[in-house]
Amino acid sequence: MIMGSNAAENHPISFKWVTEAMKQGAKLISVDPRFTRTSSKADFYTALRSGTDIAFLGGMIKYIIENNKYFKEYLAEYTNAAFILTDKFDFKDGLFSGYDPKTRKYDKSVWEFERDEKGISKKDRTLQDPRCVFQLLKKHYSRYDLDKVEEVTGTPKEDLLKVYEMYSATGQKGKAGTIMYAMGWTQHTVGVQNIRAMSIIQLLLGNMGVAGGGVNALRGESNVQGSTDHCILYHIWPGYLKTPTASQAILTDYNTKCTPKTNDPLSANWWGNYPKYSVSLLKSFFGDKATRENDFGYSWLPKLDDGESYSWLDIFDEMYKGKFQGLFAWGMNPAGSSANANKARKALARLDWLVNVNIFDNETGSFWKGPGVDPKKIKTEVFMLPCAVSVEKEGSVTNSGRWMQWRYKAADSPGDARTDGDIMTDLFKKVRYLYRRDKDAIFPEPILNLKWDYTTNGEFDSHKMAKEINGYFLKDVTINGKSFKRGDLVPSFAFLQSDGSTSSANWLYCNSYTNKGNMAARRKRETSGIGLNLEWAWCWPVNRRIIYNRASVDKHGNPWDTEHPVIKWNGTKWVGDVPDGGWPPMLNKDGTLNHKSKYPFIMKPEGYASVFGPGRADGPFPEHYEPLECPVEKNLFSSQLINPTAPIYKTDMDAYRTCDCRYPFVCSTYRVSEHWQSGVMTRWQPWLVEAQPQLFVEMSPELAELRGLMNGEKVIVESARGKVKAVALVTRRLRPFKIHGTVVHQIGLPWHFGWVHPKDGGDAANLLTPSTGDPNTRIPESKAFMANVRKI
Amino acid sequence: MKINRRQFFKFSVGAAAGVMAFGLGMDLKPVKSYAQTLKIRYAKESTTICPYCAVGCGIIVHTSKGATGKVINTEGDPDHPINEGALCSKGAALSQLVNNENRLKTPLYRKPYSHAWQHVSWDWALYKIALNIKKSRDTSFTHKNSKGQLVNRTNGIAHIGSAALDNEECWPLQAMMRALGLVYIEHQARI
Repeated sequence: MIMGSNAAENHPISFKWVTEAMKQGAKLISVDPRFTRTSSKADFYTALRSGTDIAFLGGMIKYIIENNKYFKEYLAEYTNAAFILTDKFDFKDGLFSGYDPKTRKYDKSVWEFERDEKGISKKDRTLQDPRCVFQLLKKHYSRYDLDKVEEVTGTPKEDLLKVYEMYSATGQKGKAGTIMYAMGWTQHTVGVQNIRAMSIIQLLLGNMGVAGGGVNALRGESNVQGSTDHCILYHIWPGYLKTPTASQAILTDYNTKCTPKTNDPLSANWWGNYPKYSVSLLKSFFGDKATRENDFGYSWLPKLDDGESYSWLDIFDEMYKGKFQGLFAWGMNPAGSSANANKARKALARLDWLVNVNIFDNETGSFWKGPGVDPKKIKTEVFMLPCAVSVEKEGSVTNSGRWMQWRYKAADSPGDARTDGDIMTDLFKKVRYLYRRDKDAIFPEPILNLKWDYTTNGEFDSHKMAKEINGYFLKDVTINGKSFKRGDLVPSFAFLQSDGSTSSANWLYCNSYTNKGNMAARRKRETSGIGLNLEWAWCWPVNRRIIYNRASVDKHGNPWDTEHPVIKWNGTKWVGDVPDGGWPPMLNKDGTLNHKSKYPFIMKPEGYASVFGPGRADGPFPEHYEPLECPVEKNLFSSQLINPTAPIYKTDMDAYRTCDCRYPFVCSTYRVSEHWQSGVMTRWQPWLVEAQPQLFVEMSPELAELRGLMNGEKVIVESARGKVKAVALVTRRLRPFKIHGTVVHQIGLPWHFGWVHPKDGGDAANLLTPSTGDPNTRIPESKAFMANVRKI
Repeated sequence: MKINRRQFFKFSVGAAAGVMAFGLGMDLKPVKSYAQTLKIRYAKESTTICPYCAVGCGIIVHTSKGATGKVINTEGDPDHPINEGALCSKGAALSQLVNNENRLKTPLYRKPYSHAWQHVSWDWALYKIALNIKKSRDTSFTHKNSKGQLVNRTNGIAHIGSAALDNEECWPLQAMMRALGLVYIEHQARI
């Protein structure tokens, strides 16, 4: 199923393998508000109104449970469906227990499991206990009947049934179903819960960890997986460690708080190794300067205030309020890519200085001469620094499937353009010089003590950095009978230590560059099998290609799908993919429990996948709420119209309009194959601009008639926050929806354009989108908002 | 004689006409020798991964061994298990990203209230940025928050980007920002 993505258009080569699967009998379902290139290749297509995915998927959960389509053995043994909840958990009229309307937050501690005297969660493997997760799930989604789902989504009942039937057929043992999604699911005030809803479906059907299964995020940038792994994000440190908060004064506090515990001896609780990874990371940050005596430099790194958000939306909110002096926009164009781009553009003008590193001129670096801006009134000092493109340097990128692949330098950069590695090395050298020179410098320790020996002959050396990311032994040691010398590369994260004797800049990448060489540069293709390609490049963690692969086998270690095994127990060891831990299967041959085994979901403290997700900000089960801007006055599922925990910003640039006749149409943004992101890299290329020269807005013939618009005519699209000129593209690809008994129109436009170039290409669609987003991730709600379209 | 690809084609058309009209009245040597450098048979071959979406397609890059050292051809890598030689419209146009006359080639600086860019040297630009960093950091540095807890951070500078960098650049980038005390660190993954 492809939903929340238009893979054929935006990840075309991923679609090559969808096509390949279809040749072998796989069925493709496409669900999208608009009939896309993906839809045109699907076995079945249906439309839904933007922002109603949880209603759609909630209906599917109900269907799967009530029609007994779930994979009971998998569900009962490998997920927390059997766990019993305390009576503190409750759900009434759109709100889970623990909600505080003043703070608009939940007290999540009330969503707790019952525990036995040993502190292990109580379970009912028959899934019959009325307080078990499965029964509560059943109760929750019993409200998502076909009539109501149809009224909310606008998807005809018979289409809903067809999708539910087709997809739930993958719940049979030996069958697999996969989901490909992208920003069509994340960019909502319920983004995380969209994906949670599908994850629950995948667990009900036993589709996690198996060949052809999974929940697949089609990520949009060549290394957005790697840059996330290395955590250029406020809330996490490299390897998904947590950014420390103010209440964690010393390293012990931090490690204690972040290390989950379990009383169940059969749970691997892999995050129990947390201190080994955090200390090894600090050793990579500060090298010899990080010692046990100074807490490995823990206090040198900045702390967040507990419970505060420092996300993208918050950055631009604070910037607009004049709170920042400086901003680095490094390989990024927020004047085009930020939701509510008008607010972002105005915010840039309130900076003292801006550093913009890019390949081409763009709307951010040149914001001071943008449309309607008088340069004479803009105080911001701007530096635009030219950088190398991918083929002008050496290093690795990590793709959506977590493959870390090495790239080589093919040519020098033109003119004075330099690699990003060289730019940051040189800049940091100069900053250090200033701090070394200043005897009264404020808190210079982290700056002067940061380890930065990643150069060769004065130039940034990606191999040196790649080795540090993998990690070193810092003294001679013997671990589990294996001896290592100081300076050896650590062979895998199982060898990392919490005593400062190892370094690893990112534990997840430990095993990527070892004494055997650069694993990411490997190029040996698989000749048979399911396409794991274990010797092509490298994949985190420890070259495992399918995570949670121990859920692809039964408790004896036999694959559910004997034709496409991911791993298999041969009596003494696992064969196939790198298993999720080498422990033997759950059961001995005679059917007795093997106490040396571990549950398959090793990253969860309890060892079970989360049908019930008590960690989320907006509830343990996904619930339908309308987008912050929506065409309806009521939520048919409860009296909570919008996500009760969605962030709302309140500057004069933040306007939200629901059921406002000035903005009557549901609007969404999307991409085209020929352009990329805010368009900085593609709008300057003649072939691509010739193929897609300017901004358009797609609408149905019915809407065009309503507004008196002709195909090809230039029109204005406007929201409460901004407007753009676009060419009207009148097409049957969009159809009016019937929502709550009335006709609702939907429009959509690509977001790649900008005023800098090409001159008549139109401006950014993000001028229209709102600054609100998901309460867990704060990803903006760019995929469902209200707009108008009219004649110029 | 310096000549780019487009000029070469114009030139060669003109040259061919010239040959027909006036016989061998022109020196074709520079054109011939330039054409030689465009043949991938003589080029250096290297592999790369497409810089656009995260599917991770393999691309072969041919670089001239001539004096220009330029990329002269890019094409899908048939040996790559993901794309088996296929590329989308963007990936197929990679050479136009590399060899593009619109690329930024020198650091540019815009003074407060100015209406124009000026070309500056790297040394000048980076030193001035370093001064800005120090001033902004030092004037906004917070040792303790309002509750008196140790936080050692600066709220005066923010960073956004960069999912287009190599892994080996992403790590030191976040390390530098964190060492400076930034907590407002975000990038493409958030939007």
